[in-house]
Amino acid sequence: MKKPIISIKNLVAKYGEETILDKISMDIFPQEVTVILGGSGCGKTTLIKNILKLYNPYSGSVKIFDEEVTTMDEQEFDDILSKIGMLFQNGALLNSLSIYDNVAIPLEQHTALPKKIIDKMIKVKLDLVNLSHAVNMIPSELSGGMKKRAALARAIALDPDILICDEPSAGLDPLTSANLDELILKLKDLLNMTIVIVTHELASIHRIADRIIFLDNGKLLFSGTLEEAKQTDIVEVRTFFEVGTF
Amino acid sequence: MEYREQSLFFDGELTKHTVPALSYNFAQVKNQLIVTLDLRMVTKIDSAGIAFIDEMLLQLDLEPGNSLYMNEIVKTAYNTFTSVGIKQAKIVVKEDHFTRLGSAFIIFLNSIKDGISLIADISYWSFVGIFNKKGQRKGSVIQQALFIGVDALGIIALLSMILGLILALQSAAQLRQFGANIFVADLMGVSMVTEMGPILTAIILAGRSGSSIASEIATMKVTEEIDALKMMAINPIRYIVVPKFHAITICIPLLVTASTLIGIFGGLIIAVTYLELSATVFVNRIFEVLTFRDAIIGLGKSYFFAWVIVIIGSYYGFNVKGGAEGVGKVTTQAVVASIFWVIILDAINSLIFYFKI
Ligand SMILES: Nc1ncnc2c1ncn2[C@@H]1O[C@H](COP(=O)(O)OP(=O)(O)O)[C@@H](O)[C@H]1O
Ligand SMILES: [Mg+2]
Repeated sequence: MKKPIISIKNLVAKYGEETILDKISMDIFPQEVTVILGGSGCGKTTLIKNILKLYNPYSGSVKIFDEEVTTMDEQEFDDILSKIGMLFQNGALLNSLSIYDNVAIPLEQHTALPKKIIDKMIKVKLDLVNLSHAVNMIPSELSGGMKKRAALARAIALDPDILICDEPSAGLDPLTSANLDELILKLKDLLNMTIVIVTHELASIHRIADRIIFLDNGKLLFSGTLEEAKQTDIVEVRTFFEVGTF
Repeated sequence: MEYREQSLFFDGELTKHTVPALSYNFAQVKNQLIVTLDLRMVTKIDSAGIAFIDEMLLQLDLEPGNSLYMNEIVKTAYNTFTSVGIKQAKIVVKEDHFTRLGSAFIIFLNSIKDGISLIADISYWSFVGIFNKKGQRKGSVIQQALFIGVDALGIIALLSMILGLILALQSAAQLRQFGANIFVADLMGVSMVTEMGPILTAIILAGRSGSSIASEIATMKVTEEIDALKMMAINPIRYIVVPKFHAITICIPLLVTASTLIGIFGGLIIAVTYLELSATVFVNRIFEVLTFRDAIIGLGKSYFFAWVIVIIGSYYGFNVKGGAEGVGKVTTQAVVASIFWVIILDAINSLIFYFKI
């Protein structure tokens, strides 16, 4: 069996007194597409943000690239972060900056590359997501789908080993979201990435998922391959794969 | 309802009509060891029944997966209602007054802790940021200074002028009675320099800049921009707060000076038109009574007002809860809190400098 690239043991996450994630243990394997499933508000975003230490885990262990990150200091962890791209649910482009500058930030922050090289990298990434024409626009001038693609370009600016997408298709029409799925798959092959994706789109799951992680109310209900997920006896998982809702 | 062999057995209806009595019965037996709920003999169930099941599971600390025996009727209803979130209904424990007081106190302590660490962070990065601009938005100090300073100048000037006129006019009537016309210069000089200039500027900045800092940070938090910054190894305080901190530090002495001078000018107008003083006499008198110390105290405290406004705006911005409506809420709170703390600081300052505590 392959060695996991992200490995989580007994992760507990809280907001104040309220426990949001209760002892989650799961593994994410390299070069696979892992889909995180679960009803709205069950803690998917919280899980991702705790892995990335955007919120500090209450207890438990998170290993990324085989290194324990929960106890790591900021400088060391910045190194790890530079190998991970994140597409936020809201896109989270910096509104006061142009698309160019948005994509430039990770490159300027995490590397000491010369300006010319950065220029080229930005152009390539914007080309990949079909946004070369929007390079000088600001986020408020873009449509929802374009914003997501721009945010995706920023997420892959550093050719990350791991790409995490939080509901990339939320708020998009079916066609646009299907295109986004395709794009993510294409990028995965192109950049040889490990992908973690939160989505509810049954069609895309069938198409892209290697492994399924199913959360229910802060607990891990199921974790296994797509094939295993389709055959499991767990009612909630079964229902989801039959009906496509939670 | 019947209790036997660590199980609760239900039969017949489990609906809004029967649940009240069943709840009462359940309260009698719930301290026994109960590991399963057997619902196979239930003939009719509605959302009240499902909620009751959920409540029992909660109180008994049982998992629905391995402690419910259901027939088709119950199962269908259970799936229907749990899928719309009855399972996610969390019990809200009604706290007694002491618990509430206790937890309010803990929240208060935590907010002081957060506040102090924010102050430390902002001070540290603002100091570092003087020498090293890495991780700051390019050109943003100038842009912020223009926003804070130039845009606010008009309204500050107008209000200072009106305030100066009013102050002088109000006192002029009294001073005339005693033939003490010249003292209008003392009054205007001292009050504008040590008190009115700094406080008027601070209150306007609290309304303008305090609110814009809080709402900008809160919006960025809600739209995950803050998280995105952290992902890119950018310290949000350095990126957002430090430029504002520097800008306001540059602007505040200029704004306070402008406000003070314009206020005094308002006094001068009244002195000349209403109190028959000449402009030279008025100005000379002001230079006589005002000490260097007054000017330093007036400007010195206005720095603290400015910093308090940035810190409080940031504090509320970073601690926004909820979505868009949370942004509006913290913005209001930030303005009220900054004005409150500006006045408290002013009071402390008066105590220290005038009563020499
Ligand atoms: N910043 C926060 N403070 C307090 N509670 C939060 C916060 N963010 C999310 N929550 C709560 O945590 C739970 C899980 O949220 P989230 O992880 O965003 O769910 P999902 O992404 O699965 O829809 C929800 O009940 C939500 O209300
Ligand atoms: Mg989410």
